[in-house]
Amino acid sequence: MFALIVEFTLNGSPTTARVMSPGSALDVLRDELGVFGPKSGCEQGECGSCSVLLDGVVVCSCLLMAGDLQGSVVVTVEGVAGDQIHPVQTAMHEAGAVQCGFCTPGIVVAAVDLFEHNPHPTGEEIKEALAGNICRCTGYGAIVRALEGLSEAAAR
Amino acid sequence: MAEGAVALAGGTDLMVEVNFGHARPMDVVALRRVGELAEWEPTRIGAGVTWSRLERHGPIALAQAARTVGSPQIRNAGTLGGNVGTASPAGDGLPFLAAVDASIELAAPTETRTVPWHEFFVGVKRTARVAGELITGVLLPEAMPERQAFGKIGARNAMVIATVCCVVTRDTSGATRVALGSVAPTPMRAWRAEEMISSIDKPSESDLTEFARLVSEEVRPITDHRSTEEYRRHAAGVLARRLLDRCLR
Repeated sequence: MFALIVEFTLNGSPTTARVMSPGSALDVLRDELGVFGPKSGCEQGECGSCSVLLDGVVVCSCLLMAGDLQGSVVVTVEGVAGDQIHPVQTAMHEAGAVQCGFCTPGIVVAAVDLFEHNPHPTGEEIKEALAGNICRCTGYGAIVRALEGLSEAAAR
Repeated sequence: MAEGAVALAGGTDLMVEVNFGHARPMDVVALRRVGELAEWEPTRIGAGVTWSRLERHGPIALAQAARTVGSPQIRNAGTLGGNVGTASPAGDGLPFLAAVDASIELAAPTETRTVPWHEFFVGVKRTARVAGELITGVLLPEAMPERQAFGKIGARNAMVIATVCCVVTRDTSGATRVALGSVAPTPMRAWRAEEMISSIDKPSESDLTEFARLVSEEVRPITDHRSTEEYRRHAAGVLARRLLDRCLR
């Protein structure tokens, strides 16, 4: 066991956390900081339910070592919205693109990352951007339709 | 790097080991924010360059390989140096390194050395790196083959470990190289197939068939939970032929 103090920016706020073992940033977010948006699914980077934005790009927080949070800027699903909910969230809400909801925070974060880098993605680009997010309700159709609608709205 | 310390780059291999209790490193050197390791010149790619960057700016076949790695999340984290260090037989970036005869740059406190890929990869997840050495980059030749193609066979498009992966390159002179992954303990070249096809200016249908047969003969696959020896042998020939076909067009 080792103890480290990591300082980083979490959803816009300076944050300090104590890291007690070579565990993941996901464990620190959930167990130390009580940020429950990122979910613990597979713990091997396959399912994407723990997705966060790390220094502006989407990664699996289960594969980020907690000590490596030092100095970074992390945004979880809790932090993607400004004063109003994010357009990705609105689109998914309106399309009913949520079933059990377990994958939803990761999907939202991955989609926010996609739209930040590519405001007008094609259907194929949307599917590729979500290739690392598994929905075991298999509700992919509504999710893709929601984001296609958002892409079309961006093009208008 | 201190002996016994574990190098952490993107975490996409190491953290799976940690999460599943197979590794519990006490001394970790986190490399993600070491800017020098992410430097990239025409003949040298820093170990810390991520798949996302390779996908956008890499040499053709390496960019194609990068695009098949994991998912956006994995490509944003995982690095070429990590792929080299893990030295999985299925490492997606490794056939490219073999095809262009890349060397691996290793730095220790007192000296830096470069090791040709075929001396670096010595077995399944085993390399010539010794304790205290850090992989700092891969060195590429100045002249890149004009035609390059990467292909990978697996159970799905994303998040898949290759059943077979392959790079074929061809120069205007006809010089052809064939490198494969997931079909031997290390990345490998199909030397006999290369020699046979390199001497033919415009390969005929029967030349291509013979090329595929030689590739299938040269690979040394095993049967495991992902595929069988027979399938891998067959697929290696089919894939190499298809990629050569792309290089010839």
